[in-house]
Amino acid sequence: MFTPINSAQAAILAANSLALGGLLFLLSSGFSLIFGLMRIPNLMHGSFFMLGAYLGVSLLGWGTNFWLAAVLSGLAVAAIGGVIERLLLRRLEGQVLPQVLLTLGFAFIIADICLMVWTGDPWQPAAPAELRGAVQAFGMFFPLYRLAILGVAVVIAIALWIMVDWTRLGAMIRAGVDDPPIARVVGIKVSQLFTLIFCLGAALAAFAGVIGAPYLSVYPGLDFEMLPLALIVVILGGSGSLLGTLVGSFLIGFLYNFGQAMFRDLAYVILFLPMLLVLVLRPQGLFGRNVA
Amino acid sequence: MSAGLRYAAIAIGLALLATLPMWVGNSYYINIASQILLFAVFALALNVLVGYAGLVSLGHAGLFAIAGYSGALLLQAGYSHLVADSAAIGIALVAAAVFAALALRSTGIGFLMITLALGQIVWGVAYRWASLTNGDNGVNVSTRPAPFGLSLSNAPSFYFATLIVFLLAIASMAVFVRSPFGASLRGTRDQARRMNALGYNVWLIRFLAIVFSGFWTGVSGLLFIYYNQFISPQVSALTSSAEVLLMVISGGTATLLGPVAGAAIVVIMKNVVSAYIERWNLVLGVIFVVIISFMPEGLVPGSVRLVRWVWGKLQAKPGAPATLPSEERVP
Repeated sequence: MFTPINSAQAAILAANSLALGGLLFLLSSGFSLIFGLMRIPNLMHGSFFMLGAYLGVSLLGWGTNFWLAAVLSGLAVAAIGGVIERLLLRRLEGQVLPQVLLTLGFAFIIADICLMVWTGDPWQPAAPAELRGAVQAFGMFFPLYRLAILGVAVVIAIALWIMVDWTRLGAMIRAGVDDPPIARVVGIKVSQLFTLIFCLGAALAAFAGVIGAPYLSVYPGLDFEMLPLALIVVILGGSGSLLGTLVGSFLIGFLYNFGQAMFRDLAYVILFLPMLLVLVLRPQGLFGRNVA
Repeated sequence: MSAGLRYAAIAIGLALLATLPMWVGNSYYINIASQILLFAVFALALNVLVGYAGLVSLGHAGLFAIAGYSGALLLQAGYSHLVADSAAIGIALVAAAVFAALALRSTGIGFLMITLALGQIVWGVAYRWASLTNGDNGVNVSTRPAPFGLSLSNAPSFYFATLIVFLLAIASMAVFVRSPFGASLRGTRDQARRMNALGYNVWLIRFLAIVFSGFWTGVSGLLFIYYNQFISPQVSALTSSAEVLLMVISGGTATLLGPVAGAAIVVIMKNVVSAYIERWNLVLGVIFVVIISFMPEGLVPGSVRLVRWVWGKLQAKPGAPATLPSEERVP
């Protein structure tokens, strides 16, 4: 059951963990903001990730530049998310449970449509040409693209942090997270924020799907593999907290990779252990605040 | 409905159920009836939480699969049906207690998220721990039990066994709903703070409700493995939890017969849809969206409301304002 690993393997695993942690951050930051602001777990967040990845695969197939494909796919999925939020979620405002079940319904619909369009075969697009190959450090080789994923995630994390903590928009979002009724009273258009954050979250998830595709590949069922990971990250880190999401993402990234390598059979259980611990000891999450 | 009419309806319903194999004949349809009944037990169990406790679980397929896998693996290891089934129910009860202890750290949406994550753990174990669960290949159950020497190998006999379990389940629900415990559970759903102030232990009431629900979920899981004589990780997937939740909400929550109607609707639809197209997930998703957007109270009461509304419009004098008697919220 236990498989020992040597230091060379550990280094590669660490690089993979950082890449996965970066992807998870892109996925979960949107999930966390949506959860913090709208008070609903968006159960189609994994579907946004998968749909984005599939769209990226098609765009790349038509010869689009890799990064352009990632951005275009993000915009397309943001539009889809925006339409669902405006037309359907909006009708159910204040009714939390129906909203959640609605997102679950759409998760199934998106999964089946993807299966229809892109078939059941896995797709693995190539990484952009300039990022193929490996870098040498400490006498070991690291795949360059994995580190590039980490770099992109860090840049976006900083951008999100500046947006949330230093801009007027961010102040409005924080007000909405803390106390929506009072935010409305002081003149913040909370419902517009909902749409904005929903689109942003969808775009980040889809973008992550595309840049993750050369590493994870895209296949049916990817949506419901990513969704629980986002869920754990947010339960771990605390909803609406970017720092919590960051810490949670990398924790899960490491547990996932090292768990797979060292405890093959129980990798999935190990992944959930910290979540259970946090639930028992600190239900609001590591960095969450007790918001009523 | 007067009491007399009510008893007459129940008697007719029981008579129809008890004679079903005689007038249906074809074993394919008898098997579908068995499926409906076993999923009705599952849906009734989930309704205890969704309907009466106001706790929405998205991990119930996990409990269902825990009972199923325990039974199947113990049978495979050579234990008798009695031992395997009792142990499986015991394991399901323990699992339900663990689920409850963790998920009750939170209520509402937090409860839903935690149960979802727990359900995924069960799926992960069933799928990845191949040395125990045989992974994606699943576990076979070679024989059905023969209680009191009666073989359950053909369709009608299995139907009758399922019917008896189903009747026990629904009777226990009826008793449960009318009992003081059922009343206090509904109290915790509607006014948790007041119940707390009145001296009720809200946490304990919810905990016991989850264990009670876990019991019948386990029973339905065992019925499932005996029906299919096979179990695979698919049983514990999120789709399965969503399906049974759809049974509960489509039939109408917090009613005795709603989940039964919902189980019939979903099982029949799944069989019909699967016969023509391989798009069950799409259909499942669309039904979810339609029900939640347009008939939040469930298909049966929703249709009744629509019919009444149309009827009222037809009867209303021209020019008189027709009102929609719905639960639409006043802002």
